[in-house]
Amino acid sequence: MSTEKPVFRHPQATRNTLGLTRKDYEGAVSTLCAGCGHDSTTNAIIQACFELAVEPHRVVKLSGIGCSSKTPAYFLSRSHGFNAVHGRMPSVATGANMANRELLYIGISGDGDTASIGMGQFAHALRRNLNLNYICMNNGCYGLTKGQDSATADFGSAGKKGVPNPYSSIDLCELAIGLGASFVARGFSGDKQQLVPLIMGAFAHQGLAFIDVISPCVTFNNTATSTKSYEYVREHSEATNTFDFIPLQQEILTHYPEGTSQEVIMHDGSIIHLHKAEAGLTITSRRKALDNLEEQKARGRLLTGLLYINPESKDTHEIINSTLRPLNSLGEADLCPGNAALQQINAGLR
Amino acid sequence: MQPTNTDNPEYFHKVIDCQYACPSHTPVPEYIRLIGQGKYDEAFRINWISNVFPGVLGRICDRPCEPACRRSRVEETPVAICRLKRVTADYKNPATDFRLPVPSAKNGKRIALIGAGPASLTVARDLLPLGYTVDLYDDQSKAGGFIRTQVPSFRLPEKVLNEDVDRILTMGVTTFFNQYVDSLKKIVDQGYDAIFVGTGAPRGRDLPDLPGRREGAAEIFIGIDWLAGVLYRHIVGCGPRVLVLGGGNTAMDCCRTAKRLGADEVSVIVRSPRAEMKASPWEIEDALEEGIPIIDNHAPLEFVVEEGRLTGMKFQKMTAVYDRDGRRRLIPSAEPPVVIACDQVILAVGQMNSFPFIEGDLGLTMNDHGLPVLDRTTHQSTVPHIFFGGDAAFGPKNVITAVAHGHEAAISIDLFCQGRDLHDRPGPAHTLVSQKMGMQDWLYDSSVSVDKRHAVPTVDRAKSLRDRLIEVELGFDKPTANHEASRCLNCDVQTVFTYSTCIECDACVDICPEMCITFTDNGDADDLRARLLAPADNREQDLYVSPPLPTGRVMVKDENVCLHCGLCAERCPTSSWEMMKYTYKSRVAGEK
Repeated sequence: MSTEKPVFRHPQATRNTLGLTRKDYEGAVSTLCAGCGHDSTTNAIIQACFELAVEPHRVVKLSGIGCSSKTPAYFLSRSHGFNAVHGRMPSVATGANMANRELLYIGISGDGDTASIGMGQFAHALRRNLNLNYICMNNGCYGLTKGQDSATADFGSAGKKGVPNPYSSIDLCELAIGLGASFVARGFSGDKQQLVPLIMGAFAHQGLAFIDVISPCVTFNNTATSTKSYEYVREHSEATNTFDFIPLQQEILTHYPEGTSQEVIMHDGSIIHLHKAEAGLTITSRRKALDNLEEQKARGRLLTGLLYINPESKDTHEIINSTLRPLNSLGEADLCPGNAALQQINAGLR
Repeated sequence: MQPTNTDNPEYFHKVIDCQYACPSHTPVPEYIRLIGQGKYDEAFRINWISNVFPGVLGRICDRPCEPACRRSRVEETPVAICRLKRVTADYKNPATDFRLPVPSAKNGKRIALIGAGPASLTVARDLLPLGYTVDLYDDQSKAGGFIRTQVPSFRLPEKVLNEDVDRILTMGVTTFFNQYVDSLKKIVDQGYDAIFVGTGAPRGRDLPDLPGRREGAAEIFIGIDWLAGVLYRHIVGCGPRVLVLGGGNTAMDCCRTAKRLGADEVSVIVRSPRAEMKASPWEIEDALEEGIPIIDNHAPLEFVVEEGRLTGMKFQKMTAVYDRDGRRRLIPSAEPPVVIACDQVILAVGQMNSFPFIEGDLGLTMNDHGLPVLDRTTHQSTVPHIFFGGDAAFGPKNVITAVAHGHEAAISIDLFCQGRDLHDRPGPAHTLVSQKMGMQDWLYDSSVSVDKRHAVPTVDRAKSLRDRLIEVELGFDKPTANHEASRCLNCDVQTVFTYSTCIECDACVDICPEMCITFTDNGDADDLRARLLAPADNREQDLYVSPPLPTGRVMVKDENVCLHCGLCAERCPTSSWEMMKYTYKSRVAGEK
């Protein structure tokens, strides 16, 4: 087995505005099973970072435990990384984010790491609208421990062992919308055309951006009876909208006929152009977003794409009115304003 | 695009750039792999079967394979294929007899070969094992033709040439050396079943109309004749200042030889710009390294003869002008003519065919260029039992082309002697064999070496310039040969795609270091090339397109810079990608 990629890359490989090629955003060669959906998700992240010309040293990758949580080793090898305790990625991300709000935070988790052991952490990160890109690689099973059903396995779905799941499943997107995430999307590792713009949109979003990526486990849960197999997802997915993500400062080259697209202006000035499907869905209302999900579910369909967005939301820093500067840039004068300031505070409390 | 038909033997053949570019289609990656395994005999045998003269070609081949090498599209320089060929000849077991078995019972057919160059010798090699009686005629005392007389010993030692030539002669060729065939009719009258003419392009071009040509004749030489004179020691020295006219490989051989015969100053004068010289880049490089300047854009005006003695040459400076289609015209520049002083001039300005021995009443039709009218495929002339090959067939080319001609002519002669249709020729033999050894292990070394091209060590320059018999290049030692062999990208190990089992997980797309693979909606070639993940503008390289997949998309692989690293197959969960070794072998005479 090859543990290293050859060093050569396409001689005409394109460069982004930083002068970097895609190679500059790659990581080590994956040791996951061949064909794992996580690898594709990883590559969608690489592609999004490359296209947005993200500076690798301005990125923090965080993860918990599981197959999915191994993937930060496979992208952005020139970025910062933290591999946390099982289910505890959100609290580490919160700490890091509090210390330096200027970096781009990519939290990688899986369905076990999020919906089981890390559920409590997940819920509170959502509630606080932490400025974190929370990507959950969701394959409906515990691949690292040989494929037991996870909490996101659909009722009746059966993996390689053939026993249908008797429990009802947790819909992470509904949960995220309900608990306060301000950007919620669902993608599929096998559809990068949709997934890459979703990730780019999430990066531009200020607040918690949650992407539930259905990412099939080829080894344990890619069976004909599974609802998280490549084939099932392809046949049952229904997209809310297709959309283009136009980063800030990029010339707008495409013009859309009036009435066919909706413009959402992001916090940083980037624009998301939603191309309405025939039954254009409203995704800026929480209630409607939840309705949309339930409606498609009732029809046996899996709704994908951008499900809910609130570009006006306040992230944790804004909510708690914390310092605008990274902690590492605060000097003694900032941290210890002196006796006069103390007296002023004390006077205010009298 | 239509799905690629990989059953067409030429599809995967074309992916093996070096083999495809070689006129004889030598299976290059296979012998390079064997060198890496230390199996020099087997590597040599592959060359001997395919290109007949491994020792010779490992030194002087025109190497069409190297510019074609994929490595030069991936990094800067191709694999040193030619010098690795030499390695097989250098390190094979000297005791091994590579000659092909020749039946003692002859088949009763007699073949005459005229000219003992590489084309004729190839015909002999191919026909002897089939039981033919082969008579070889040449005006020289030894076989080899222009390889012997034109290629100086410091590039090709006589010992090496003799070994390659004798391997064939001792298979049972009846030789008639020192016999100039002055009449093809006489040969025809001897009742041969077939006659092969491989007499090369034996006449060096002259500049007969240039003023001073006649007066200075004593110090003006025709390049190829001069080189032959040096070989046979009729010429043992030369003047202190020598001008060599011409920009081809013969000019390079002449100037380097002159240097070794004691000339103090040797210059090469070329009419056209340096970049358009016909000589191989490496030969130009060798001449420059030996301190021989190349003066370009100088057209000869006259030989300057003073008091009956050649004292220099007058040149007009030229300027190259390119029209809109990129065609070049040379126009005289405004500068006055220049005189370059010299004591001797060697003209290496081209070669011509010449067939003074072919009588007009033989029925052999010649074309406007003075060349025989031939069937391009069969090499048959307008006289059914007379065939042509090598430089004598379609004009001056190179040794490896002559070998390829020899193979084709031998097939034709064999079919002809059996009374069969000459166009009903045997196709190439090809196989496609899986390289899978385990889950993610291959029978070939799939890792991609980052070594830069290794330079061939040479003898001390001062020493080599003193003696024209000392070979300049020493050849690779075994460890360096191994390293150089590891640079080969194994282009014969094909990425074979089975569309019916693909689940479109994108694993191959994600892992491919060169972004060769794209899953997308089908379109015509132009449209597809514009939509692939990486630029696909090398149109000489094919796109490998699958039938439609379940999502309606197709798999498109641009073959251009594929490293054959096998990662797509390693990361494929359903083995829809498989690494399979493609062997392609051109048929030789007698094979079905």
